Amino acid sequence: MEQLTWTGTLGTFLNPIMLWAVYAFFAAFVINLGMSLIGMRQADPIVNPDHTISYQYGPVDYALLVMKYAVFVFLGAFVVHIIGGIVQPSHEARGIIGGLGARFLPVWIALIVSFVLSIRFKRRLGLYGKLFDNLIGMIGFGLAMFWLFTAIFAPMIATHGAIDQVASMRNAVPGSAVSGGDEGLFAYYLLGGDNLGRDVFSRMIFGAREVLTIAPAATLFAFMVGITLGLPAGYMGGRFDTLITFVANLVLAFPVILLFYLLVTPEIVEAGVPVYMAAVLFILPVAFVWVLLYSRYRAQPSIIKWVAVPITLVLLLLYLGTVFQFDPFVWLATSFIGYLNQGNPVAEWMATTQGEYEPLIGIPIDGNLLIVFVSVVFVNSPTVFRIVRGLVLDIKTRDYVAAAQTRGEGPWYIMLWEILPNARGPLIVDFCLRIGYTTILLGTLGFFGLGVDPESANWGSTINEGRALLRLYPHPPLPPALALMTLVLGLNLLADGLREESLKD
Amino acid sequence: MGLFILRRLGVMILTALCLTFVVFFLTNLGPNLEKLAKTQGNARMTDAEVVQWLDNRGYSRPLLVRYGEWLGVAPGWTRVAPDGTETGRCVEPGGTIAESPTFCGVFQGDLGYSTVSADDVSNVVGGRLALTGWLMLLAFSVMVPAALIVGILAGMREGSRLDRSLSTFSIASTATPEYVSGVIFIILLASSTSGLSPWLAENGWIDGRTLFLGSARSAMNDITFWNFTLPVITIALYGMGYIARMTRASMAEVMTAQYIRTARLKGVSFRNIVLKHALRNALIAPFTVIMLQIPWLLTGVVIVETLFNYNGFGWTLVEAAGNNDIEMLLTCSVVAVFVVLLTQLISDIGYVYLNPRIRIS
Repeated sequence: MEQLTWTGTLGTFLNPIMLWAVYAFFAAFVINLGMSLIGMRQADPIVNPDHTISYQYGPVDYALLVMKYAVFVFLGAFVVHIIGGIVQPSHEARGIIGGLGARFLPVWIALIVSFVLSIRFKRRLGLYGKLFDNLIGMIGFGLAMFWLFTAIFAPMIATHGAIDQVASMRNAVPGSAVSGGDEGLFAYYLLGGDNLGRDVFSRMIFGAREVLTIAPAATLFAFMVGITLGLPAGYMGGRFDTLITFVANLVLAFPVILLFYLLVTPEIVEAGVPVYMAAVLFILPVAFVWVLLYSRYRAQPSIIKWVAVPITLVLLLLYLGTVFQFDPFVWLATSFIGYLNQGNPVAEWMATTQGEYEPLIGIPIDGNLLIVFVSVVFVNSPTVFRIVRGLVLDIKTRDYVAAAQTRGEGPWYIMLWEILPNARGPLIVDFCLRIGYTTILLGTLGFFGLGVDPESANWGSTINEGRALLRLYPHPPLPPALALMTLVLGLNLLADGLREESLKD
Repeated sequence: MGLFILRRLGVMILTALCLTFVVFFLTNLGPNLEKLAKTQGNARMTDAEVVQWLDNRGYSRPLLVRYGEWLGVAPGWTRVAPDGTETGRCVEPGGTIAESPTFCGVFQGDLGYSTVSADDVSNVVGGRLALTGWLMLLAFSVMVPAALIVGILAGMREGSRLDRSLSTFSIASTATPEYVSGVIFIILLASSTSGLSPWLAENGWIDGRTLFLGSARSAMNDITFWNFTLPVITIALYGMGYIARMTRASMAEVMTAQYIRTARLKGVSFRNIVLKHALRNALIAPFTVIMLQIPWLLTGVVIVETLFNYNGFGWTLVEAAGNNDIEMLLTCSVVAVFVVLLTQLISDIGYVYLNPRIRIS
């Protein structure tokens, strides 16, 4: 088997087309720029006597048309490449681009389905539906969803394991045929191999999964913490506000990188700091959910009894199990059985169980990951706090808040059910932006090798690994770098589209 | 105004004390001290030896007391060994307690001893800060004008084609962190096997083998266009987008103001409206953003100095944190915290001066 080409058989006639499209675009761009510099403008609409509108196209308009169609031709050729990759059977005919396109098949299907459904029902979907009236927002949504679906379907897309090494494939160039590996492996390293002989493409795909599990979750927690503290600080003011604002400014004045270097070390994990921080930060969301439900259904004891209390208890168990590895059921049961069997072997067995059980409810999360998670939440929540506080200060002067106060609603009801829903627009926009920012932060941690497993496929650590031999072998760090860039770009464009559409109301 | 500055200074000092105490606390946690003992002394020390080592060097006393010593408000520790040699925080090696000062801390100008560089912190940190100062200065002198131009061009006709393309460019630049753009720049412009350099070298358009140098090590002695362009534009690019977007928003807001409409109706040319009427008011908000951007660039400086091997402040911070060089790390955090607080103060005061509508009583 030989080396794959980038474009396969389709390349023979598609490559020139794409090349010409690029040339045409740049030529038209330069001409257009020159023409606008000497003061030529786009044609103005002419209103005809019969009230129709027509345009007298000038050279500027033609240059713009050329640019537009060049982009269409380029994208069209790209789509043909991907379809070609899906329909052509042999790897050689597909080429690398076609091969990648074929591997991403589940993602394409999911993207098409989500776009078709969303556009079909966009009038009934509120702000989300309005996003599909906005080109920038749609592009951003597409990019973000591309990586989300990639993370979901990662095992179907990846050609090899994230840490499988094939010794002969060290620093192999993109499209190299795998030689010397076990039988039954995928026949090519589509984007080459890294310095340990692992498949760059598969590591990028599994990296998406790592990044997209931590970043949104950490952002969500940062929002819960920021909202739980920001609402009372803005609404009630006073000493509490002064204190929390001071602490928030304190955290914001801390250079992020210094904080990471101090917090995310094995010694800190050994000293138990992450557990204390998690204990404080993670109890706030539980309190948030309880107050949210209680303030709304205070007058309906049956809902409190059958919905609010169970939900809060489950969250509390999850909190105890995750942060302290403590499960009150196991603890009570073992203590009780041990007490009944004092003096016989059952009691000893119960004592050892109590020492080293896994909690039934609780997310098993190891110290290193916990400290990464906690630090990211810790760094993000003061900014969220400031945004929420500012929004509350604005909204609390509105008439509907005064109406609620006159009705005799409690402060928490007003904060959570009157103010918070009306602050959702800016918060949703900031949420999208902040996931992107968190992704960058996680990449920074990976880049410095802080708190991540050295074998991890995390994009930041992959970029860092590829850095050493960058000038000789540029291909290993490039795919994760571009992946991170497109994901963050997608989230930023999505936020921009959402902001524009929510302002139109 | 004077009271306002005084109050800000008070809060600033309180913040600095809190933050240095947090750093002091985190670097002096038990496991960190143990690691320090093992790296400085002997890797195979037993627990008892570690305790002894820490005890001899004054590490085993209460945290607050040691923090006071470091600040210079508590008398430094002294110890007389069984063989009569006198050691202490303020005692020079071989000196005696009697001829040493009682206090030696930050307030006395003594920043302590760096265990990694084997030198006084104050000797090391000055040179490193100067190196980073050059990097920051050049990055700022590229970033700020470029960002302001992009922001003003985009904001002067909101919704136009120029606005949309420049806004997309600024969004893209905020989505490209330094470790991504740095890697891409090195591959494109500073590699002899890939990117543009081989092609340019083949045609004989550049002298060396690469267009730019991918390492800034030589820039520590002599800054040239060849070795310093990539670090500077890497930092500038990430910070630029944010300033440009703020400038655009501020410019777009000013362009809808009544006095601009009046000027337009009076027949003032568009160029004069932008340059003489809108620009001055539109630049007030970006000033604050630019000042607040300085501390934010610190992370970028650390990444870029690591990526391009430039031994400045960021690189020192990484070294100090990796080896738990406590006093160096504390000095770094003091510097960083003061940069942050000072820029906040300047941005507040500057905002009041630039915008006469705001009055602080």
